[in-house]
Formats: sequence, structure tokens, C-alpha cells
Amino acid sequence: MPMHIPFLSALTSYLQGDGAVILPEIELTLFGLGILLIDFTLGVKERYLNAGLALVGTLFSAYTVWKLRVPVAANGSMLGFHESVTVDPFFLFFASLFLAATALVILLSVKFLEIEQEQEGEYYALLLFACVGMMFMASGYDLIVMFLGLETMALSFYVLTGFLRREKRSNEASLKYVLLGAFSSGILAYGFSLLYGLSASTNIDTISEMLGRRNAFVSSLLHHPQPATAQFDPFLLQLLPVLAFVLVAVGLFFKVAAVPFHQWAPDVYEGAPTPVTIFVSVASKTASFALLLRLFLVVFGATQVNWMYLVAGIAVASLTWGNLAALTQTNVKRLLAYSSISHVGYVLLGLVAGNKTAMTGIGYYLLAYIFMTAGAFAILIVLRQKGLIGEELEDLNGLYQRSPSSAVLLLIFMLSLAGIPPTAGFMGKYFIFLSLIETHHPVLAVFAVLYIVPALYYYFRIVVHAWLMAPGEAPRPIMSSAQAVALGVAVFVTLAAGLYPEPFMRLAQYALGR
Amino acid sequence: MLPIGHYLFLGLALFIIGVIGVVTRRNVIVILMSIELILNAVNINLVAFSRLYGDVAGQVFALFIIADAAAEAAVGLGIIIAFFRNRETVLEDEMDLLKW
Repeated sequence: MPMHIPFLSALTSYLQGDGAVILPEIELTLFGLGILLIDFTLGVKERYLNAGLALVGTLFSAYTVWKLRVPVAANGSMLGFHESVTVDPFFLFFASLFLAATALVILLSVKFLEIEQEQEGEYYALLLFACVGMMFMASGYDLIVMFLGLETMALSFYVLTGFLRREKRSNEASLKYVLLGAFSSGILAYGFSLLYGLSASTNIDTISEMLGRRNAFVSSLLHHPQPATAQFDPFLLQLLPVLAFVLVAVGLFFKVAAVPFHQWAPDVYEGAPTPVTIFVSVASKTASFALLLRLFLVVFGATQVNWMYLVAGIAVASLTWGNLAALTQTNVKRLLAYSSISHVGYVLLGLVAGNKTAMTGIGYYLLAYIFMTAGAFAILIVLRQKGLIGEELEDLNGLYQRSPSSAVLLLIFMLSLAGIPPTAGFMGKYFIFLSLIETHHPVLAVFAVLYIVPALYYYFRIVVHAWLMAPGEAPRPIMSSAQAVALGVAVFVTLAAGLYPEPFMRLAQYALGR
Repeated sequence: MLPIGHYLFLGLALFIIGVIGVVTRRNVIVILMSIELILNAVNINLVAFSRLYGDVAGQVFALFIIADAAAEAAVGLGIIIAFFRNRETVLEDEMDLLKW
């Protein structure tokens, strides 16, 4: 006969009810707290064990996410906590991406922090907490949960960016990040408060329904002449949802670093420790896109024809500015920052098209983006040795002579970033272009294709430095086994998704193809 | 009870003052204070709407935003201190190691 323990039975019933919906996040949080506790008992030489614990945490969480697909397949989606948190294919897809990115960053951090002499437990705990925030951004079905997820992620990132606290550039990057990040969160929150005011609810399904009803009501007012005694101006009523949309959109464009709200990105990417740069550029951007997609598709989905031109404008501006500014950069991290701004432009173009192909394309593009960008930055981490920063273009000189394997990997990642077959980047761009043509936006498609030309120029500038320039006095880079594993995973996905796209395409369709 | 419009105008005014502060001020501490103004504008909006609809979700949201503002101020000030120790300045236009 099983023993009856009151606390334990309450816990199990919680984990079978609402708790099941946030179990992956609970596990990550527990592992993060565990790292903070265990860190005290570890000697200076044993600090790298924290990384192992963090890695185990992401694996546990990934396993739970994997198991959640069964109830999701049975019911379509699971809602919990008064319909404020959801587990659906969208969440499962993005949560797996975040966990993969976190695991890659953990693998790449160990040796880097050793060299910087900042091997601390807090670093790994903050990585896990940031991942928890991102997962809530993807699973939030309520403005409150979405906002808190965003802030959990952002606050962790501010600290991580300034983690090298003796480094002046790291300080400056994190200060700029915290100022612009908090400012954009404020704008987003103001937009959320207006959405709440328009619909008397924070649940995004209800908001969408109320906005629809309100639009129908206001347009009926506009089409029937009003008595002069009417107390309000119908035009003003129409303006409020637009204002709410613009504020929410501006806040989100800040977070994904779309032009003209991108100023923080190059500075943060350059100043942050390189593993954190990967995390910011890869995971934070994907998480912000998850939030953006959820809000734009559910809350503002019905008015797509109205905001499509705004998004198209932002996308073209991001493509133009990102590609042109990247041409003149000499710091590789800064160059990749501008290139990531141009990738935002491509994903936003998918949102303009907005059909089923476009949704598959967005999912595919984000997946490819994560692995190819992480790989490109990982080469810079391998280059970082005692006495060599390895972030300038000159530092790459003669990489082929110094480390042929790194040079080959770099070439593959650059081909993928530029969108050359047979790599993942090509397939991502292909779906976006296809969807633009399907939805009759030929001008945008031509624009998008033309911008591959400057992109090829600056990506191949990096390759030329690595393959053709003579090596200087720089030491041979030594790859640690953790770095080798991370690079192996990144290059495997980049090539597999380019050579055999079918399973990855089905994954993207599963997540976004509704 | 005042009509809702008064609260919304107060919120809007605070929001605009905050945005102007962020855009025009040089001192990062003043910028951080302006951001707090924006978050307070959000709170006023939320609580006013919550009262209007008799719905408690807005007040819950406002409480969370207060907590978030505190966390943001703590992290922000910590980073400013780290920055000041290395650079002896809190002026935005003297942050010039990275091209702004």
C-alpha cells in the first residue's frame, strides 16, 4: 500500500495539472538555482563543473519538451494557469531551438571563460534563467506572461553582456543594452496597456476577438452619418488600435534589432563576451521573433493587409542598412551584427507574404540562422587564445595554414549565411522568395535577391582573409573538445538542412504551418 | 470618481515626458529615471482601465510591472557602477569605445 504523504500528493497532482504545462521551465529554474548553490562548494579549479550541470539541465528540459509532444499531438494544444500559458507545436519548436542554442553556448563558454579568468557559476545560472524567459515568451498566451518572459530574458542578458566587468568595452556594451532594452520594454508595455484598455482582457485570444468586434462596430459608425450630438469622434476611435499596434511593433522591432531600431545591436555584439554575443544574436532574436509572430498572427492577424506595408518598409530598410553598413566593418563581430540585421529583414519579408509557404520559410530560416550564426561566432571563440583577442579581420589572416579544419568550417558557415546551396541558409531564403512570388510581391522578391550581392562581398571578405592572406605571428588556435562538439553540431545542421531539407521542412510546417 | 480620460491623459503625459527624457538627456542616471516614468505611465493606464472594467487583471499586471521596474533599476544601477569604476563618467556621449 503506497504511503500517503500530503505534500507529495499535492505536488504530483500539481504536476499533472497546471504544472505539466511549465515543467520544462521548472526544471531549468531548479538547475539554475542548483548551480548557484553548488558554486559555493566548488574550488576555483572545479568551476567548469557548473557548465556540466547546466548542460544536464538543458538535456532534462529538452527531454520533457520531447515528451510533451504526445499530449499535444492528442489534443492540439494544452492550456494552463487560466489559459495564460500554452503548450502547442509552436512552443515545442521554439523551446527546442532555445534549448539547443543554450546548450551550444554552454559548450562554447567553458574555455572562453577560463581564458578570461571569469569562470563563475552565476554565468551558467544566468544562461539557464535567460532560457526560461525565452521559453515563456514562446508559450505565453497572456500579455502578462509574455512581458514577464521577455523581462526575465532581457535582465539576464544585461548582466551577461557586462560579465567581463574589468573590460571597458563589456561595461559600455551592457550599459547601452540596459538603457535601450529597458526603453523598448517600456514602449512595449505601454502598447500592452492600450491593448488591455481596448479589450478588457490580457488573454490574447480574447483581445483578438474584442479588437475584431470593435473594428466592425467602429467602421459601421464611420459609414453611417452620426447625429451631431454624438460624444465621440469615430476617427479617434479608429486611431487607438493603430496606436496600440504601432507601440507594440516598435517595442518588438527594437528587440529583434530591425532598422531603424537597431543601434544597440552592433555595439552589444562587439562589446559582449563572444559566447554571450552568440546567445544574444541567436537566442534572443529568435525568442523575440516567437513573441512577434504570436502577437502579429493571433492579435493582429485579421488586419494583416493594413500592417503589411509597415512591415515591408521595415524589412527593406533592415536589408538595405544591414547589408550596406556591413561592407565597411573591420571587426568581425560587428560585421556579423550588421549581417544579422539583414537576416531580420528576410524573416520580416516572410511575414509580409504571410501565406503557408512563408510560415514554413520563417521557421526554416530561424532554425538555419541559429546554427549558422552560432557556428560563425564559434570560430571566433576558437581563435581566442591567451594574448590574442581574435575579433578583427586581420586576426583571421592565414587561418587555413594555422588550422585547416577551422578554415573549412568558416567557409561553410559563410556560404550558408550568404545563402549559397547546398546549405541551410539557401533553403531558408528559397522559401521566403517563393512565398513572396506566390503572394504577388515581385518587387520585394527582386529587392531581397539583389541584396545577396553585397552580402556575398562582405562574407567573402572574411573567407579571403582566412584562406588567401599570409599568416602573421599569430599562434595556432587549439580547439577544445567541447568547442569541437558545438562546432560539429552547428555544421551538421547547417549542411543537413541544406542537403536533405525534407525533415526540417516538416518540422517548420509542424510548428507554424496552420 | 474622475472620468477615465483624465487618467489616460496623465499616463500619456508621463509617457511623453519619459520618452523625451530618454532621447534628450546625457546623464545615464537621468535616462534610467525617465524609463521609470514610462513604466509608471503604463501602471496608471493599467490601473485606470482595471477600475473602468472592474477587472482585476490590470492591477495584477501593474504589480508585476512595479516588480520589474525595481529589478531593472537594480540591474541598471549595478551596471552603471561597474561602468563608472572603469571610466569615471556617467555621460552618454562619453561612451565612445564602441561606435554609438
